[in-house]
Amino acid sequence: MPIKIAVFAKQVIDPEMPMAAFQIDSAAQRVVTPPNIPPVVNGFDENAVEAALQIKDAQEANVTVISAGSSFALDVMKKPLSMGADELVLLQDDAFQNTVDSFFTAQLLAAAVRKLEGFDLIICGRQASDWDNAQVPLGVAELLGLSCIALGKKVEVKGDTVLVERLIPDGYEVVEAPLPALVSVSNELGQPRYPTLRGIMAATRKRPTIWSLADLALDTGLLEPRVTLHELFVPVRNAECEIIEGDDEADAGRKLALRLREDKFI
Amino acid sequence: MAKETGILVIGEAPGGELSLTSQEVLAAGRQVADSLRQELAIGLFGDTLDAASRQAIAHGADKVYSVTHPSLAAFQVELYLSAMETLCREVNPGIVLIGRTNEGREVAPRLAFRLGVGLAQDCLEVAADSATGKLLANRPVYGGNAVAVLSCNYTPQIAAIRPKVYEPSEPDASRQGEAVSFPVDLDASMARSQVIEVVREAAEGVKLEDAGIVVAGGRGLGGPEPFADLEELAKLLGGAVGASRAAVDSGWAPANYQVGLTGKTITPDLYITVAISGASQHMAGCSGAKAIVAINKDADANIFKEARYGVVGDWAKVLTALTETVRELTQD
Ligand SMILES: Cc1cc2nc3c(=O)[nH]c(=O)nc-3n(C[C@H](O)[C@H](O)[C@H](O)COP(=O)(O)OP(=O)(O)OC[C@H]3O[C@@H](n4cnc5c(N)ncnc54)[C@H](O)[C@@H]3O)c2cc1C
Ligand SMILES: Nc1ncnc2c1ncn2[C@@H]1O[C@H](COP(=O)(O)O)[C@@H](O)[C@H]1O
Repeated sequence: MPIKIAVFAKQVIDPEMPMAAFQIDSAAQRVVTPPNIPPVVNGFDENAVEAALQIKDAQEANVTVISAGSSFALDVMKKPLSMGADELVLLQDDAFQNTVDSFFTAQLLAAAVRKLEGFDLIICGRQASDWDNAQVPLGVAELLGLSCIALGKKVEVKGDTVLVERLIPDGYEVVEAPLPALVSVSNELGQPRYPTLRGIMAATRKRPTIWSLADLALDTGLLEPRVTLHELFVPVRNAECEIIEGDDEADAGRKLALRLREDKFI
Repeated sequence: MAKETGILVIGEAPGGELSLTSQEVLAAGRQVADSLRQELAIGLFGDTLDAASRQAIAHGADKVYSVTHPSLAAFQVELYLSAMETLCREVNPGIVLIGRTNEGREVAPRLAFRLGVGLAQDCLEVAADSATGKLLANRPVYGGNAVAVLSCNYTPQIAAIRPKVYEPSEPDASRQGEAVSFPVDLDASMARSQVIEVVREAAEGVKLEDAGIVVAGGRGLGGPEPFADLEELAKLLGGAVGASRAAVDSGWAPANYQVGLTGKTITPDLYITVAISGASQHMAGCSGAKAIVAINKDADANIFKEARYGVVGDWAKVLTALTETVRELTQD
């Protein structure tokens, strides 16, 4: 039997877009989708796809990517398929607006996992680069009663356990948990693989499964927002930078040291 | 059930001493408790908690719940969570505050989901509205490009507070408070994961998170070798070396050198950045520095909008002269 892996991947606005392109619609309390900058798969979720594919390199495995949102750029969301994932399930509904409420998102993803049945392992990114919540993986693990290991940098399946090297502030620890389990991963996992030409062709032919809110049959009480957003704004930075000049760069470096001494920093 | 009231801090007492982050969270909790005229309690978890309990009262707690069980001697996430959930259900607080430490970042969301409530994650500031009892939380989002003000719709309202933002209050050993022993029933089989090995990669010398001066390098250094130059300057200054994620991802510096949103939060007196552009995700980890120095060849780089002192130029030439002059100055 191949091991069944689910990867959670979110579509986000490109977090490394030029700062000047970052704008807020304060009345609507949301970040404006920049018109000329395409969205991306959340970076840590590409690491999650990579972690799943490394397991698939070592043993027979089936990898299903699941994403929730109100609208998708299909070519962007197919990237995990072109990297080598097998299936794509999109939870798409006008009700799935991208809000700061992780509780809601976790309910959707947990419902999809229940409906798809039989996953041995769920791999997520450590956090989504829009709201930076770092909550959904831990929440889904709670909702589904799974063992949960956060901040992985290496994920290995051994029989019916998962072995994870997880980051701690001054190094890492090796943690073992029985399957079924949920693991979140960080960029320390390493560069995700590039799609191959064959992968891209296979992905073009694949059609995602699309489910709406009604398909997920969720108790409406669970969908009540748990948090309210009151305000969203761009913080003002008022540092007044003193540019230290000199006859040349070396002279400026020397004057910098003198200035720092004068101001008693060194 | 009685109406939820009071503020409960989920504390940490590794080795039986109240952690610095818990002192900070108590300072945040004290302000909230005073503005709501409610009680500030703290839950401590472990096997021996007498010293930490006294420290908590000195740092502002009105009441300390010492949640003890032999299997709480060391942190294990499911056992700790179970103890925290039991305490929250019993104490029935209106507000729960947790420090977003290595352990806190894991337990805060899981505790919120167990209680079926929302969590304000990674808060820089929390304040209570005394009319409504609502906790308003300020937190960076979109990699620090924006700030969101949130509140929780269900009780308890839970907020995870970013470490090193609040100042702990001066401990007052004469403060009076109530110490309550709160034994819990735990079953070792609740633990669903097991740590089988811990690998520490701590750098020698001053720890990055404690250093008064940090010298950090970015992608513009072009390779791993220049980090030796940064080490040299840091050593002269009695400081530590940090790095941007771009430098870490390139393999030029170890992961635990990373400063930023998903790296370390540091608050040195002086932060010297060398060939770092100042992306919001990087600044998220160092904006608490007293002064930032930028050395970058691009005068339009964002780092100059955040820095107190800047030199526009090639890092190699600037750094060599800077280091030499510092050597002369510090040898006097
Ligand atoms: C979710 C998320 C989390 C992230 N978390 C972090 C984090 O925790 N920490 C972090 O650092 N980043 C983080 N990032 C990445 C961040 O967005 C930036 O990509 C990163 O900080 C850039 O690193 P850098 O400044 O070294 O590189 P660059 O942005 O490439 O900047 C290099 C700089 O070097 C200068 N330079 C080049 N050559 C020279 C020279 N010869 N002399 C002088 N200057 C020179 C250039 O002008 C440029 O400004 C995160 C990103 C995401 C999406
Ligand atoms: N809308 C979503 N669709 C799919 N996966 C998601 C979604 N939101 C969050 N996730 C997953 O949960 C991780 C953490 O997200 P967050 O808790 O929102 O920071 C992400 O890296 C994804 O793996």
